[in-house]
Amino acid sequence: MTGLRVIECGAGTTIQDWGRFGFRRFGVSTSGVMDRDSAAMANALAGNPPGTACVEFQMAGGRLAVESGTVVIAASGQGCKLRIGGQAIPDGWSARSEPGDLIEVRPVRGGVYAYLAIGGGFDLPEAMGSLSVHRRSGIGGRALVPGDRLPARSPERGKLSRVAAASEVSGPIRFVAGPQGDHFTDDSLELLACGPFTVSPDSDRMAYRLSGPRLRHAGDANIVSDGVLAGSIQVPGDGIPTVLLRDCQTTGGYPKIATVISADLGRLAQTAPGEVVRFASVTLGESIAAARRAAERLQERMAAIERFPAEPTSEFLLSANLVGGVTAGR
Amino acid sequence: MTGVYPRLRPHGDSAIAVEFGDTIDADTNRRVIELERAVRTSNLPGVLECVPTYCSLLVHLDPLTAEHATLSATLVRLAHEVCAGAHVRAGKGRLWRVPVTYGGDHGEDLESLAARRGLSPERVVELHVRPVYRVYMVGFMPGFTYLGGLDPRLATPRRRTPRSSVPGSSVSIGGHQSAIGSVSGPSGWNLIGRTPVRCFHPRRDPVFLFEAGDTIVFEQIPAAQWDRLEAQSAAGETVAKCECR
Repeated sequence: MTGLRVIECGAGTTIQDWGRFGFRRFGVSTSGVMDRDSAAMANALAGNPPGTACVEFQMAGGRLAVESGTVVIAASGQGCKLRIGGQAIPDGWSARSEPGDLIEVRPVRGGVYAYLAIGGGFDLPEAMGSLSVHRRSGIGGRALVPGDRLPARSPERGKLSRVAAASEVSGPIRFVAGPQGDHFTDDSLELLACGPFTVSPDSDRMAYRLSGPRLRHAGDANIVSDGVLAGSIQVPGDGIPTVLLRDCQTTGGYPKIATVISADLGRLAQTAPGEVVRFASVTLGESIAAARRAAERLQERMAAIERFPAEPTSEFLLSANLVGGVTAGR
Repeated sequence: MTGVYPRLRPHGDSAIAVEFGDTIDADTNRRVIELERAVRTSNLPGVLECVPTYCSLLVHLDPLTAEHATLSATLVRLAHEVCAGAHVRAGKGRLWRVPVTYGGDHGEDLESLAARRGLSPERVVELHVRPVYRVYMVGFMPGFTYLGGLDPRLATPRRRTPRSSVPGSSVSIGGHQSAIGSVSGPSGWNLIGRTPVRCFHPRRDPVFLFEAGDTIVFEQIPAAQWDRLEAQSAAGETVAKCECR
């Protein structure tokens, strides 16, 4: 088998692709990568389409071994570092890895999720059209544990590639008011926009709970259950705003004061427990424009990827210090 | 229906809810289901999938390809057509006959629920197998089936402290609703029985049996028959009988 074997990883390490769509009316969560831009970049550097399944590390990172055959790998995620055999791979580079190599992905500054993509993707069985793991229901399998084997689908002697670092997007997490803003006191939207909130330690792929000002319901804290999605800010009886994320249920019975815009979901997901989150209100029109701008930005970054036709080994690149030379020479 | 409904409620840039009311009743839910079918057959650009719930339809969309204003206008038109009766389905939908073993290990709250309602356990079962239930929605867990049509004499509030795990395929009562569970998981509902039918079986075709708009009747079976059907069900058989009406 050409592929990877898990040596060690944090408890929340799973295989994720773009998500499982078309089954939400049967109560099946979409799941899917928490930070789409990072996963798309890791995939693009490895020569894959953006939604290809990759390993999603949570906080702790992990180590994997390459088993027979050469693979091209790339990692991406806020502040994550890729090492092969102890050698640091420069950010924004893919790398070729040989049998016996130890691949290590670690968070080095902030961030929650990091992605490891392999050229050609993983050869794993789909469940309902997706490789994404939903741990709560067991659909798509379970979290990775040491010893798990991840065969590569079509390990090609892929090209090495690199991309310049992106300018970091900052600013508040934007939301659109509603759908149930009328279930809250008049000042609640203002409280949400002013904050500040911190991400609670009990946050996970299903939802981030935010400690900070408590929001107040104008009446009943329950509604007749209706549909929810990643971004819904639901507020249970305790007044703690809870942003639903990729593993969220399909329906919910708490009123939703607002909805985080899709362009900012990845950035919110990368906010670690204990870190501050600030929100800002935007209009529906602004949220749609932001989604399109974010997609264009990602397209531009992917178009800026340089591919190297030669096939030097990673050892060669590293030993000859060519990595630094190429970077300096651009 | 008041003049407020049907109405649209955007859920950010990636979904639009079409609401037909705010109460749990069959007429409202029927409109939701009819709109769901109308949207599904219209192949509207940018629509990813729809989730019918008690009184609203959540239309999930791709903000990059959906034209929000056009889509909203189309949804409003379809919703008004549904309310005017223009999309009434030809048939009555599917009727499922679902076998259930009540009480004992299969439904540990049957006795206590009967006592709280001032009924005998036998009477509770009699009242529970009598109605034709309507599937209002499927949600919470994969395949978890919410039913309307419970005899009001059986209505019982949820448990004060939910159980952290209940067996899969539990048949339960929560307030004025009944439900068929799917996989095991937490629940505060009162467990009165268990069906060998699996609403959700990842290695069966179809993976899911029930969908919003279907109708369901329960049939009491003895525990010995449950065991036999459960084995067939685990092997991927449907076990529930379906009549298309």
